[in-house]
Amino acid sequence: MIQILFFFFAAIAVGAALNVLVQKHVLYSALSLILMLTAVSVLFILLQADFLAVINVIVYAGAIMVLFVFVIMLLNLPEDEDGADRLRWLKFIGIPLGLFFLVLVVTTLWNLEANPGTQPQLVGSPAAIGQSLFTDFVLPFEVTSLLILIALMGAVVFAKRDL
Amino acid sequence: MIEYVTGSEFIVLMIKIFVIFGGVMGALAYLSWLERKLMARVQMRPGPTRVGPFGLLQPIADGLKFLFKEDVIPTHSNRFLYIAAPIVSLVPALLSFSVIPFGPSLQITDLSVGLLFIFAVTSLGIYGIALGGWASNSKYPLMGAIRSSAQMISYELSLTLSVVGVLMIANTLSLAELVTAQQSTWLGIIPRWNIFLQPVAFVVYLVSAVAETNRLPFDLAESEQELVAGWHTEYSSMKFAMFMLAEYANVVTVSSLATIMFFGGWTGPMFGPALLQMALPTVWFLLKVSIFIFFYVLMRATVPRFRYDQLMRFGWKVLLPLSLANIVVTSFVVAIS
Repeated sequence: MIQILFFFFAAIAVGAALNVLVQKHVLYSALSLILMLTAVSVLFILLQADFLAVINVIVYAGAIMVLFVFVIMLLNLPEDEDGADRLRWLKFIGIPLGLFFLVLVVTTLWNLEANPGTQPQLVGSPAAIGQSLFTDFVLPFEVTSLLILIALMGAVVFAKRDL
Repeated sequence: MIEYVTGSEFIVLMIKIFVIFGGVMGALAYLSWLERKLMARVQMRPGPTRVGPFGLLQPIADGLKFLFKEDVIPTHSNRFLYIAAPIVSLVPALLSFSVIPFGPSLQITDLSVGLLFIFAVTSLGIYGIALGGWASNSKYPLMGAIRSSAQMISYELSLTLSVVGVLMIANTLSLAELVTAQQSTWLGIIPRWNIFLQPVAFVVYLVSAVAETNRLPFDLAESEQELVAGWHTEYSSMKFAMFMLAEYANVVTVSSLATIMFFGGWTGPMFGPALLQMALPTVWFLLKVSIFIFFYVLMRATVPRFRYDQLMRFGWKVLLPLSLANIVVTSFVVAIS
């Protein structure tokens, strides 16, 4: 049962991710990205990471992508015409980087140990995540919050040049 | 944790889903009657009276009318998104009822992250409004949709943050546990409801909830004088009805959440025979929720609409700092005690 669900939602996620690239219209790309994010959330649920799944939907699908869609609606862009030409040089960076990422994925999968089987209970619960964030990963956590703070201040400075 | 339901459990679950879904759909239809009747009384009008006693069959007549009306799709609209938008707005609105505890056992499923689940699905409802306004390809719907998405993003922040204080006290995200945490009393009389511990959070929650559901003092997304009907100007028949249902469903959801988080959910005095005792929690819950719904309708009938810049300033400069201050104070108190 879990495997059927996994393959179903994994197929949706991959299909939607491809659709993001294939679509000519920016808004359809954004909507496919939302579909992809929600499908990935279902995969998180299948891995018993409920908290992560819900946060994924709240932060990405519910907040960040709303801003994307909002901007696209405001600009009301026509269908992609000259965008492809202007970004032609990107493929010289994009293809090597994509290959590098593929190598990373393959090596990770290669070195993956067989299913541990004895998974600790409730590893994805909010309490467990909070526990590990404030003990084992407290430095990365604080550094990330500092980064976000800097980004916030930068956004304010850009928006209001004459403070 | 993924659990499999078997045999009799499955049947019980199915019955629960049918009862809750059917009850909610019926209640949503009658909310339109309640709103029209109550607004009319506030404005010294009789309201609907013709269809059935007290106009009680009005929702059925309305439903039939919606079904048989011509379904217009504007020529220059984006057909696919135009049709998808009402569905996108109704489905998340109804999804949140799957985790709301209507009674000790009348809850479809108790997620360990139930509260966040509701915030997640309701935040997806914005897309229905945004896409509906955009796909109509007409200026008033687009302006309504843009206003609405900016408003909902802004007020979602204070809505979510206002809840954090309650969560720190209750120490759980599950809605059923939130209710049971408020079951006992102080001095034997005063119920241990969170409203007495978190009054600031409650006010912030109530105001941002009104803004989140696009209801009147904050209904700038559809302000009739400026935007005809805002994002659903071009919609007719069943698609319009779906938008209306979604709006009412969101009203019920935020009212239920307010009841669960601040007013003890289904807790209340228990008396009488065993059969009555089984029904009482649900009665208390529905009573508390309907008080909020009355409040919503009366507010629509009495309070004038905000101006858009006032709305944004109020959200960012008053509600957000208030909810942040509430979190700081609450966490200090929780840490000390």
